[in-house]
Amino acid sequence: MTLPFPHRQSAHCESGVVANLLTHHGLPLSEAMAFGIGSGLFFAYLPFVRINHLPLTTFRSAPGRIIRQVAKRLGVGVTFRTFRDEENGMAELDRLLAEGVPVGAQTGVYWLPYFPPALRFHFNAHNLVVCGKEGDSYRISDPVIEEPVLCGADDLKRARFARGPLAPKGKLFFLTNVPKTVDPVPAIREAIREVCRLMTRIPIPLIGVRGIRYLAGRVESWPSRLGDRRALLYLGNVIRMQEEVGTGGGGFRFIYAAFLQEAAAFLDERRLLDFSRRMTAIGDHWRDFAVAGARLCKGRPQEIDDFPALVRIVRECADAEHGFFRELDALMRRDRHAVRR
Amino acid sequence: MRRKDVPQDQGLFGEWKEVSYAVDDDGRYILVPSAGWEPANIANHMAWESIEAEVDAVLAKVRAGALSPLAYHMARHQMDPGLLAGYAGLFRWQVRRHMKPAAFRRLSAKLAVRYAAIFRITPEELMKTPECDLSAGLPK
Repeated sequence: MTLPFPHRQSAHCESGVVANLLTHHGLPLSEAMAFGIGSGLFFAYLPFVRINHLPLTTFRSAPGRIIRQVAKRLGVGVTFRTFRDEENGMAELDRLLAEGVPVGAQTGVYWLPYFPPALRFHFNAHNLVVCGKEGDSYRISDPVIEEPVLCGADDLKRARFARGPLAPKGKLFFLTNVPKTVDPVPAIREAIREVCRLMTRIPIPLIGVRGIRYLAGRVESWPSRLGDRRALLYLGNVIRMQEEVGTGGGGFRFIYAAFLQEAAAFLDERRLLDFSRRMTAIGDHWRDFAVAGARLCKGRPQEIDDFPALVRIVRECADAEHGFFRELDALMRRDRHAVRR
Repeated sequence: MRRKDVPQDQGLFGEWKEVSYAVDDDGRYILVPSAGWEPANIANHMAWESIEAEVDAVLAKVRAGALSPLAYHMARHQMDPGLLAGYAGLFRWQVRRHMKPAAFRRLSAKLAVRYAAIFRITPEELMKTPECDLSAGLPK
């Protein structure tokens, strides 16, 4: 038994799952809109959080935030459930499917047999939708895979109950009380303003534009502090977080630019199109960083003196994003007053 | 990024294509499949190389009798003692102890079955020093 489910491949798993679930419930939404309304864009450099002994760099908000924010802002109910007991967790999934509910699940990617082997690390904040059961296998709409796939019950159970950082504990989620229509305008406005706030006004030097500047300073110090080999390993890790694992390219900056473009139509605000173009340019510049960094990773150690050039690019991205979010915030604020009058 | 600039550099992904966001000739955003991008491939490749180097180093130590075969299976699955302890329902220090050959030889049959199930091998395979690296880095 497989439920009809509007599977669309997306760049990022969480925004893809939200967009597909809402579309299934009669509220068609693009991935970019889900990403934007969920305030998915972010930056943080957290050296005290280590993944495989490497400091965490993230270009997106914390796992689970997009789902919650979209639901809150569009007035959609969402129920989350985690499980202590694996068998209970699987039984509940079967029960929901039997009721005809497509179920979102948080999983690790390491045990998913259909996942590209080169991406199978112990990363536990992947999201997918289970939309059917066929014999002893589940039909899964995984937003980063082209078509819905079959996954054995044992593999899915392992993935849902993966251990380690961000362990999903079998987490399931499904939408309830989906309204017939929603007015996306206030949601869009609020979501944009939150990203502006997170990127420019958090007084912690590791977060937002301050975090990008901090990363620049760290990159500068890596060759002397860590030695060439580890410096390149750290650099490669930043590039992976920026370009791989469902970012849509340029550390999620391109998805956000796509969102701003769609938002311009909803808000009837042409100036957002300029912001979209600027965000695309910022994403392109992050890609310049990846290109230069990867050349270093591949090159010979004596080319290590190219690190200053990399640092320059990161600082330019920070400057560009600082101006961008300040002005975007001003635009959203101005418009709010205009509406009130 | 423009549609014509969407990279198609096949790397480690095989047939699978990811989605990237690019603008078409009219400046509108569209979703374009991408086979991969060389800089990302290089970074990804580097991550796998470092995992393979770790597996090789651990395997050499297992052969030299400095570590138990358990350490090899952990490295092969990118697991540290904390992660394996989570899967096995043990304390981290217990896993650390089982990474030493002497303690591992006295491993109870019950625990051997539990560890083996996590790695999807038989208890006999778990206890044996591997002849060669079974995995070549990628998960099976």
